[in-house]
Amino acid sequence: MDRRDSIKALVIGSVTAGTLLEACKTDDKKGAADKGAAPTAGNEDRMAEEIPYNKALQDAKFFNDHEMATIVVLADIIIPKDEVSGSASDAKVADFIEFIVKDMPGHQTPMRGGLRWLDLECMKRYEKPFKDCSEKQQIEMVDLIAYPKKAKPEHRQGVAFFNLMRNLTVTGFYTTKIGYDDVGFVGNRPNQWNGVPPEVLKQYNLAYSEKELKECISYDKS
Amino acid sequence: MGELQIKKQTKKYDAIIVGSGAGGGMAAYVMSKAGLKVCLLEAGPMFDPAKHSSQLKNAWESPRRGASTKFRPFGDFDGSWWGWQIDGEPFTTTEGTQWDWWRARMLGGRTNHWGRISLRFGPDDFKRKSIDGLGEDWPISYNDIKPYYDKIDQLIGVFGTNEGLPNDPDGLFLPPPRPRLHEMFLKKAGQQIGIPVIPSRLSILTKAINDERGACFYCSQCGRSCKVYADFSSSSVLVIPALKTGNLDLVTNAMAREVLTNNEGLATGVSYVDKNDLQEYQVFGKVVVLAASTCETARLLLNSKSARHPNGLANTSNAVGKYLHDSTGASMAGFVPALFDRKRFNEDGVGGMHVYTPWWLDNKKLDFPRGYHIEYGGGMDMPMYGFGFGMESINGKYKVHDVQKEAGGYGKSLKEDVRFFYGAQIGMAGRGEAVASIDNYCEIDPNVVDKYGIPVLRFNVKHSDYEIKQAKHMKETFKEIFHNLGGEVTWGGDDDEKNMWGLNPPGNIIHEAGTVRMGKDKKTSPLNEWGQAHDCKNLYCADGSVFTSQADKNITWTILALSMRTSEHIVDEMKKQNI
Repeated sequence: MDRRDSIKALVIGSVTAGTLLEACKTDDKKGAADKGAAPTAGNEDRMAEEIPYNKALQDAKFFNDHEMATIVVLADIIIPKDEVSGSASDAKVADFIEFIVKDMPGHQTPMRGGLRWLDLECMKRYEKPFKDCSEKQQIEMVDLIAYPKKAKPEHRQGVAFFNLMRNLTVTGFYTTKIGYDDVGFVGNRPNQWNGVPPEVLKQYNLAYSEKELKECISYDKS
Repeated sequence: MGELQIKKQTKKYDAIIVGSGAGGGMAAYVMSKAGLKVCLLEAGPMFDPAKHSSQLKNAWESPRRGASTKFRPFGDFDGSWWGWQIDGEPFTTTEGTQWDWWRARMLGGRTNHWGRISLRFGPDDFKRKSIDGLGEDWPISYNDIKPYYDKIDQLIGVFGTNEGLPNDPDGLFLPPPRPRLHEMFLKKAGQQIGIPVIPSRLSILTKAINDERGACFYCSQCGRSCKVYADFSSSSVLVIPALKTGNLDLVTNAMAREVLTNNEGLATGVSYVDKNDLQEYQVFGKVVVLAASTCETARLLLNSKSARHPNGLANTSNAVGKYLHDSTGASMAGFVPALFDRKRFNEDGVGGMHVYTPWWLDNKKLDFPRGYHIEYGGGMDMPMYGFGFGMESINGKYKVHDVQKEAGGYGKSLKEDVRFFYGAQIGMAGRGEAVASIDNYCEIDPNVVDKYGIPVLRFNVKHSDYEIKQAKHMKETFKEIFHNLGGEVTWGGDDDEKNMWGLNPPGNIIHEAGTVRMGKDKKTSPLNEWGQAHDCKNLYCADGSVFTSQADKNITWTILALSMRTSEHIVDEMKKQNI
């Protein structure tokens, strides 16, 4: 049964079934969503005040081209392609970071200043800004700030920046379709909850009590 | 804007209701179904969950991936329009106090996003003063309200189980969903230390109850409001059906200014500003029912001054605005290593917890007077903004696939860590009863108005020792549960007396009540047991303002039951021509 049929089956007879099907149409536009953080169709759920507010944020530009290029390199170091999923670039993480710092101005100075700190550190070491360093140099630099507990005291500001960069990159990546598939999130779709799958209960040596089996809702899984 | 004028509606209604949340929605439903001509004023715009919900949107359909904004403090998909602040509608606090005030501006109000936790108050909750000497007894008992709980269980639908608990009454329940994996863990951990963990009681339809509303399809997003009306929102379950009677006129974007009264001191109607055209309007009715929310209702009364009511309407007791109290809250979160690297499956379930802990101890044996219940969270939630934050404080603490790593990091190893720790977190939150006090109040700020020129509220609320000691007990309990889970607390474990044991600020739990309390003595209580003003017989309140005291339960089910009782009383009194 495909997703839409399963919804029909669930809400059959309900006058509201149509609205749910409508809702799922935008939800199914995976292709559009993968192109980045642009708002997808369907502003029905927005307050009147939110639409111009979001548009003004979308239209503004915070990072310059150099900063954006640096963010792309850093994000791909934090989330590279592996055997499970693609990279931060594949998930357009830099575009998300550009949006979120406009939306949350508290991130602006730590990000802008952190990027400059990184560049200056690289200029001292390698006479080049971070993005123009060799891959080996970039990793060497990142290793100095990516491990808070073993980082040197003089790199503490870099550690703080990298922690923020790691946070935004991980969140920006795992809140995309690529990220959902990577982490194995399989929710957000109509279904019938029948409890923890039997093999999982078994793994943890758990079982539903007779009271639960009797009292709780159960669905025929045939 | 043209010349300012006041437009008086010629139609005379049987009842004017202010506010469309749980209390106002129920009043509109009962009275319009009984054939009364009703006008419902709502300060926000139309909201129909079928059209306006963000249900089933994925994180990437929000440019901020579901993060919060001032418009939606609980996240970009949350079903509450506005929240901790509203542009142009300020409020103030007296120095040295804090009050968090959530205001939704939309049809249905906060019921569009609430937790659907639908607990009846128990017999003891109506007579706390008789038990511990604090506060005041209600003018009604559990037996007075029980028939209304029964009716709303059936009208609205709630799942749960009958456990025969003395102060957590049985109800007419739909079957609950089976516990999730971490909830099975919690049940087991609770059993070991004598803490009951029982099926939660949520107003979500695990089975369809009529043709107007669908059954739950387990997306866990009740907080966004439900497109198939499978949970309770006042918009979908009460007001929209009430509109179909033809007896209800709904006026949205109508910000009530004051209750109008005549020379005899009786209510004649309500004046409001229309937020669309900014003109002033007046509507008239035989009865006025205020359900604008606990604090907005008090504000309206205090702003409704006249020669007959110089102290504000219904306020000869001087108690309007007083006894303001919210549920207490304290919480804790941590990891349960047994859940690391878990098998994936869809465990969204219903919106919120499938199990909870009702208050299980005897306060006579404790150093604080009132109880609390525990709510649980966890599981393989949808990744949203904030997902994966703080990995550097987690991934050095535990072995990942038997390898001890350095905290922080990046690259393929970091991706492995994110997958490994996903779904292994458990959170718990206590929600307790605060003691209503005359010293905790809201009043009209003499200096400040909102953008419509309406004087605003100034709050003066502080926690007392009762609440602080209760929070300490919550924290100790949570630690014990985590210990039995084999878990490690990562958040909320370091609180002590210096920060009141992590007690949330008053108002923050969004269960505020008590500002226009019911009571037998009109010298100390503005309302009688019907929610009718002692001073003004055709003025009623039907929201959280009427509560004499809270309980260790969320208040919505009781707001609904009381509003139904009040509304039926109004219908009866009108038939008898008493009002």
